[in-house]
Amino acid sequence: MADYNEIISAFKNKPGGIIEAFHAIQKEYSYIPEEAVVAAADAFDMSKARAYGVATFYSYLKVGKRGKNVIRICESAPCHVAGADKVVAALEKELGIKMGETTGDGKFTLEFTECVGQCQATPVITINSVPYGDVTAEKVGEILAAYK
Amino acid sequence: MAQEMRIVLRNYGKIDPLKIEDYIGVGGYQSLAKAKGMGQSAVIDEVRKSNLRGRGGAGFNAGMKWGFSYNTPADQKYVVCNADEGEPGTYKDRIIMQNDPHTLLEGMAICGYAIGATKGFIYCRGEYPYVVDVLNTAIDQAKASGVLGDFDIEVRMGAGAYVCGEETALIESIEGHRGEPRFKPPFPGVAGLWGKPTVVNNVETFANVPVILEKGAEWFSSIGAAKYPGTKVFTLTGDVVNKTFFELPTDVTIRDVVFGMGGGVKDGKKLKAVQIGGTSGGFIPESLLDTQVDFDSMSAIGATLGSGAVFVMDEDTDLVDVIDRITKFFEHESCGKCAPCREGTKRMHEIVSKVNKGLATADDIALSERLGKVMTRACLCGLGQAAPAPLLTTLSHFRPEFNAKLG
Ligand SMILES: Cc1cc2nc3c(=O)[nH]c(=O)nc-3n(C[C@H](O)[C@H](O)[C@H](O)COP(=O)(O)O)c2cc1C
Ligand code: SF4
Ligand code: FES
Repeated sequence: MADYNEIISAFKNKPGGIIEAFHAIQKEYSYIPEEAVVAAADAFDMSKARAYGVATFYSYLKVGKRGKNVIRICESAPCHVAGADKVVAALEKELGIKMGETTGDGKFTLEFTECVGQCQATPVITINSVPYGDVTAEKVGEILAAYK
Repeated sequence: MAQEMRIVLRNYGKIDPLKIEDYIGVGGYQSLAKAKGMGQSAVIDEVRKSNLRGRGGAGFNAGMKWGFSYNTPADQKYVVCNADEGEPGTYKDRIIMQNDPHTLLEGMAICGYAIGATKGFIYCRGEYPYVVDVLNTAIDQAKASGVLGDFDIEVRMGAGAYVCGEETALIESIEGHRGEPRFKPPFPGVAGLWGKPTVVNNVETFANVPVILEKGAEWFSSIGAAKYPGTKVFTLTGDVVNKTFFELPTDVTIRDVVFGMGGGVKDGKKLKAVQIGGTSGGFIPESLLDTQVDFDSMSAIGATLGSGAVFVMDEDTDLVDVIDRITKFFEHESCGKCAPCREGTKRMHEIVSKVNKGLATADDIALSERLGKVMTRACLCGLGQAAPAPLLTTLSHFRPEFNAKLG
C-alpha cells in the first residue's frame, strides 16, 4: 500500500490539490487516516482545523477507519420510491450489521448516499464506487459474493 | 407525437468515445478551427445570437456570459465545466461525457479561445470515477494530437457535496476549500476562480457549442421554443414505462415527455404527480401536463426545467413520504453558511416528518408554509432558495394528501 505521505507529496504543488490528495488517499485506504489529514495540512500549508474542515465537509470522503469494501445505498427520492428500504434491510441481514456500521472482520461498511447518477436503474447501490442497478433483496447475496 | 432530436447526443452510439480519430472522423474539432478563423468577438456574438441558454438550471444566455469574461481584462482567465451533476434523478451529463467526451472538450476550447483563457477545469462529481477516466483519456488524446492548441484542460473531482454544483461553491472546491457559496456580486464571469474572470457552464451547454458554430446561430435558434431554443436531454425516473433518457426539442410538452417518449405510467396506473428538474423542482399535477417544457413556460407554472430530470409518481405514491425524504436531503446538503437555510432545512424536515408520522396539526403545516416563504427569500444561495419548492408546490396542488395525515 502506498504511504499517504508519498501520495500527498505528489499533489503538493497542485493549486487547491488537497481534495485530489484526499481522493487518492481514500482510493488506497478506503478512508482517510486521521494522521493523513494532519500531514496534508502541513503539505498544503494550512492549519489542521482547516484541513480537517475540508475533509469533513465532503460526504464522499471519510476521515477515520472504515471497511475495505464500502457499500453505499442511494436514498434519494427516485431510489426511495423504488424500494431502497428493502435493499437496506437485505444488506443489513446479509452482513449482520446496521447502516453506518462495519463488519467485525473489517470487510464491509454500509452507508447511505444521495443520488449517484445511475437513476435509470433504481434502486441503486455502489460498492467501492462501482454501481449496481435494479437491486432487489434477492440479488444482494449474489452481488456481495464477489467481494467476500 | 414528439420526436427525438439529437444535437448534444448526435454522436451517441456512433463513435468510440475512447478514440479521438472517431470524433475527428465525424467532423470533430472543425468547429474549433472555424472559431479561430472567425475571431473572438464574432464567436461570442454567434453564441449569443443562437440564444443558447444554460442547461445547468439557471437558463442564462451563454454568449452573454462569455462576453462578461471577454470584456474583463486579466492576465489569466478560466473556463470551468460544471459536471457536478448532483440533482437526484439526473444523469444526462454522465451520458454525454461517457459517450462523446470530445464534444465537451471542443466546446470548452471554443469558449477558451473566445474569452482568452488558456486553462480549463472540468469539475466532475466524485461519484463518477469511471467518467473521470474517460475524460482523462480524451484529454490525453486531444493534447497528444495537438487539436486543443494552447488550451489546457484538467479534471478535478467533487466529493459528494450537492451544494458544489452551485458555481461559486464549485469554484471554492476547485481552490481546495469547503464548498461554501460566495456572496454575489462579483459574479464568476468577472472574478471567479482564484479571483480571475471565469466562465462556468454546464456539460450540456458546452456540448451544444460545436454544433452551433458548425451550423450557425440561425439554425439553432429556430429549433424548439423561441425563447429557450434547441434541445434538452431528459432523464426519466420513477413509475414510468421507459426509464431512460431522451433528447427533445424544447417546445414539447410535459405530457409529450411522460406519455409520449416515456410511454406513460407503469403497470397501467394513473398519474399522481411529476417532479421536473431534480429534487429542488416543483411538483406538477396532471392538470398542468400540457405546459411546454422550456425554461420560461415552466417558471410560469411555478415549476422548473432545471436539469431535465423527470420523476414520475403514480396514483399510489405517498407524496408526504416523498416530501419527507426530500426535506431530509436538503437538511443533509445545506452547507451551513447562512442561518435561514441551516436552521430552516432542519426545521422543515422536522415538521414534514411529523406530518408523515401522523403527529402534526394544521398549525404545523401553516408554520412550514411560512418557513418556506422566508427561506425562498432569505437564503444566500439557490440551494436554500429552492429547498422549499417541493413542499410549497405539493401544498398548493395536493393539500388533501397532507390534511389526510393530520393527527
Ligand atoms: C444548489 C445548486 C446546485 C447546482 N447544481 C448544478 C449542477 O450539478 N450542474 C450544473 O451544471 N449546474 C448546477 N447549478 C447551477 C450552477 O450554479 C450554474 O448556474 C451553472 O453551472 C451555470 O451553467 P449554465 O449556464 O451552462 O447552466 C446548481 C445551482 C445550485 C444553486
Ligand atoms: S442557502 Fe444553504 S447551501 Fe446556500 S449558502 Fe446558505 S446554508 Fe449554504
Ligand atoms: S436517485 Fe438513486 S441513483 Fe439517482
